[in-house]
Amino acid sequence: MHLDGVILEWVFVVVKILAIFVITFAIVPYTVMAERWVCAWIQDRIGPNRVGWFGLMQPWADALKLFLKEDIIPHHVRKAYYVLAPTLVFLPALLTMALMPWGSNLGPMSCVLADIGPGMLVVFAVGACSVYGIVLAGWASNSKYPFLGGVRSAAQLISYEVCIGLSLVAIFMQTQTLNLTQTVLYQAANGWLVWQQPLAAFLFLICLFAETNRAPFDFPEAEQELVSGYNIEYSSLKFGLFFLGEYANMMVASMLLVTLFLGGWSLPFAPFNAPAQVWWVGAAHVAIFVAKTACLLFLFIWVRWTVPRFRYDQLMGLGWKVLFPLALLNILITAVVLGLKGGA
Amino acid sequence: MKVRRPKLTPLDRLYLPQILAGMWLTLKHIPRKKFTRQYPEEKFKLLGKYRGAPTLVRNQAGQVKCVSCQLCEFVCPPKAIRVIPGRRDDSAPAEAVIEKEPEDFIIDMTRCIYCGQCEEVCPEQAIFLKKDFAVTGYKRSELEFHKQKLLELGGVHDDPICKWKKK
Repeated sequence: MHLDGVILEWVFVVVKILAIFVITFAIVPYTVMAERWVCAWIQDRIGPNRVGWFGLMQPWADALKLFLKEDIIPHHVRKAYYVLAPTLVFLPALLTMALMPWGSNLGPMSCVLADIGPGMLVVFAVGACSVYGIVLAGWASNSKYPFLGGVRSAAQLISYEVCIGLSLVAIFMQTQTLNLTQTVLYQAANGWLVWQQPLAAFLFLICLFAETNRAPFDFPEAEQELVSGYNIEYSSLKFGLFFLGEYANMMVASMLLVTLFLGGWSLPFAPFNAPAQVWWVGAAHVAIFVAKTACLLFLFIWVRWTVPRFRYDQLMGLGWKVLFPLALLNILITAVVLGLKGGA
Repeated sequence: MKVRRPKLTPLDRLYLPQILAGMWLTLKHIPRKKFTRQYPEEKFKLLGKYRGAPTLVRNQAGQVKCVSCQLCEFVCPPKAIRVIPGRRDDSAPAEAVIEKEPEDFIIDMTRCIYCGQCEEVCPEQAIFLKKDFAVTGYKRSELEFHKQKLLELGGVHDDPICKWKKK
């Protein structure tokens, strides 16, 4: 009996690992697809509609094309780091996805692969690694534009990493936990944090744009200035991995925002505001989480095709002179409010 | 020239209203009618003077109008045209009074620049630029249009003068 429980647990783990892989390798190409569609609609075009039904097979055609291209390693690169870099960009996204609670539970299976205590810290620690991938790619390519992209990425990501951490401190003060599942449960019980911490949510959103290298902060790969930034010297599947990593990062960022501020899998009314007792509520929770994430992905794409890129000094100014003090202010306000509440 | 720098209000300097206005604008464009024309299915509307692929035409009686005078061959700027003159078949019916006809008429479509000078120079009004613009082929030899192909493309041209009938 006890052994059965252990085996079942392992089966669940394998299922969840497979689910995360499927999400990354099947859904992410469709995020690229969505990007191309939304971009086209905004520019009064139709967008890809030829391959398969309504163009839905387009991402696979693109993937096949990337797969069949010659994998060129220029002679001037530092080879070991050059090969390592795409993996370093892609892996953190995959790892952080393991920490996301994408539902309450489906029957006896909880819908999170790794429900660890300091979950948010792990997300930060792993997520911060993706900057190494870009910097390494820029440095190992041993040519000018990738190097500039890498340097920009280092400066940008490190300054916004500070901001992103500080904007979340207020959240942790309020929820008293670093665990992502607990954060969602707190929101299910007490209402979404975006209403209680609008400033933190706003700062976090802006920082996410910078962290995921999305427009208006897409400096490491600014096409007009750096041709394509850190990934110029890459081709074939290595380039594909950068591409996949970028969109996977965007997806993780959306999931993170949903989990921390938009109530995760919960909706603010019964029966969706508590962990599922019956299977259909569990399934609905997953659907709710997916829908919220999709909305945020649309927001990311929408912003990219609307807002022009900042100037580099404006980016740094915004990060250090505006967002950083605002994040500190938010912590102060939260502390005062919590202190008064606790004292009363 | 002195560049005018308008003084920004604190709201302008916040930059957010502008971003939101821009996002509202792009959102409004999403459901709009699209400009894209789906090419192979939806053909372009070409204007009257459009110069497409050159073709040879027949008159109302079904005769090849070209008399192989070779003026087009001489005038052709990229030297895409080659005319091989020939005699009209003697066994043809009596009303076929046109004396000459090209044995072959070759236009190398990889060279043609669609200038229309052949049409301009032709004394018999036998060569016309039609509206076909997608001249494609898998081999170079497929893009060498011979007499047969050119006549197929050209079809019949209603000739109001019919000068050979009056000879």
